[in-house]
Amino acid sequence: MKGKPHPHLYGVMAQFDNPSALVAAARETYEAGYRQINGYSPFPIEELSEAIGFRRTALPLIVLIGGIIGGLGGFFMQYWMEVIDYPINVGGKPFNSWPAFIPITFECTVLVAAFSAVLGMLALNKLPQPYHPVFNAPNFALATRDSFFLVIESKDPKFDHDEAVRFLRRLEPREVIDVEL
Amino acid sequence: MDEKRDDLHSSVHATHPVVGTELTFGSVTDKISAIVLKRKTPIGWFIGFAVSFALFQLMMLAIVKLVFVGIGEWGVNIPIGWGMDILNFVWWIGIGHAGTLISAILLLLRQKWRTSINRFAEAMTLFAVAQAGLYPIMHLGRPWLAYWLFPYPNTMGIWPQFRSPLMWDVFAVSTYATVSALFWFVGLIPDFATLRDRANSKPFRVIYGMLAMGWRGSARHWHRYETAYLLLAGLATPLVLSVHTIVSFDFAVGIIPGWHATIFPPYFVAGAIYAGFAMVLLLTIPLRKIYGLQSFITMRHMNNMAKVMLATGLIVFYGYLIEAFFGWYSGNQYERFMIWNRMHGPYGHYYWALIFCNGLTPQLLWFKKIRANLMWLWLISVVVSIGMWLERFVIVVTSLHRDFLPSSWGMYKPSQWDWAMYIGTIGFFFALLFLFIRFLPMISIFEMRTILPEAEVEE
Repeated sequence: MKGKPHPHLYGVMAQFDNPSALVAAARETYEAGYRQINGYSPFPIEELSEAIGFRRTALPLIVLIGGIIGGLGGFFMQYWMEVIDYPINVGGKPFNSWPAFIPITFECTVLVAAFSAVLGMLALNKLPQPYHPVFNAPNFALATRDSFFLVIESKDPKFDHDEAVRFLRRLEPREVIDVEL
Repeated sequence: MDEKRDDLHSSVHATHPVVGTELTFGSVTDKISAIVLKRKTPIGWFIGFAVSFALFQLMMLAIVKLVFVGIGEWGVNIPIGWGMDILNFVWWIGIGHAGTLISAILLLLRQKWRTSINRFAEAMTLFAVAQAGLYPIMHLGRPWLAYWLFPYPNTMGIWPQFRSPLMWDVFAVSTYATVSALFWFVGLIPDFATLRDRANSKPFRVIYGMLAMGWRGSARHWHRYETAYLLLAGLATPLVLSVHTIVSFDFAVGIIPGWHATIFPPYFVAGAIYAGFAMVLLLTIPLRKIYGLQSFITMRHMNNMAKVMLATGLIVFYGYLIEAFFGWYSGNQYERFMIWNRMHGPYGHYYWALIFCNGLTPQLLWFKKIRANLMWLWLISVVVSIGMWLERFVIVVTSLHRDFLPSSWGMYKPSQWDWAMYIGTIGFFFALLFLFIRFLPMISIFEMRTILPEAEVEE
């Protein structure tokens, strides 16, 4: 069954009172075959991202690459400056006194890796994002206090408005509402 | 066996819970955000801010005078070229280290109690590092040329001298300040969203909204957020150890007796954590009373922090004993003289005051009654903060003032401008802290939610 197109609908949203109910509902929704779903909660819930089928993120790889770039960049910056561009004899030490270059190499590794972690996280999350349809939901301000939300997005191939509402109602949420685009 | 341990564990938790049992998601959110958004600012805040801001002006005056006249204003001169400026730099940066320890290392060790103090301790870190950074820059003599420290292409065609620990310090401290700021800001993003959604007035909603960057608590976002936070903690942990190690290299790589010691890195790191925890206690004990945060920052926190202070204090004291032992065992007349001079020379009373503050006073923390008494804890924290200042005085000044050649000996007396600068940075530090507790949530709201019993997901 292919759903009708919904040009003005972002999805349908169910509101829950506690994390257990949200995780259980998310699991059932995923098992029912919905894939374009998302949960919203006031704090991180490990089980929730698993329940909506989101397990892997490229972030650790990005941080690793950032760290490697920072480390190599930090070392070869010093190497180039002290050995190639302007070698100066300091206390008879070799131009490439690599042990003395390690502290700065380490600091550069951490610095670039930390920036990769923060900017990578923001980029993957597509933040900053001033507007998002879920903010149209009247109760959504409670998602940063004590309410838990589950959304089936209209772009889900299985999405059919009435069917999705009926399905979510069965999960005993506090209420189910439409989220406009 | 395990059961017994569980029993013991639960009894400890029952007498000293990490959070008050009456708290819920809603009440945690409302209580902490109300300090910023709704509650009337206590009169004490205005008085405290006014006093610290006035002292901050004293710092500005000291800096203007310094830029105008030069570092001859200070009491430093050969042979004591490093005086209050460097010892205060080390003092401030050491204080900062507790914040990173609480936020990063205790996170990796899954210590849940860190949650209600980490935001505040991180803010303390940032503001302490800001004070620390001022000193070496002002000590340059021409602070407007501080950018020369960084490797940038210049018309002179030269580069910094990367074999020097002072260069390492530039990179270590600036990286530390940057990474601490990133860590702090990332931790604040979900709380900015909470404040955005709770704020009643438009300007606050707009400002917190911009800072929250559209955070909406999506499960995918949380997943990446948690990964990033954990990785940052993993990066900050070796970083914080490296920073004070490198600070200690500033001394240990020199050949002056009293500086040239292999024990310096671990002993400096332990001292930093010790001083930092003292400062966290010094600040949180009055703060939790004034703002009624007893159910967030419980006696369990006080007890744990006191224990960390005791442990690191013992390491520091061990450091003092080993320094004395090295001096004697080395058989080197300069090393022996240095230790003798420390104890009985013209600055001997500083040394004995140091032993009293950092060696004897923390021993009181062995007693449970004292760890449970806030007045005692606060007084001990004050004594420890003074002790750590004395430690740096002893290391910096008494090592320099009598080195190898008696003809080059001298004495050091801080000038009034040294004191003005020091008192001024304390004012600046507190002014920043007052602004922080007024405009940002001083306890991490979203992390508090995660440690409530109702956050547990039942399958």
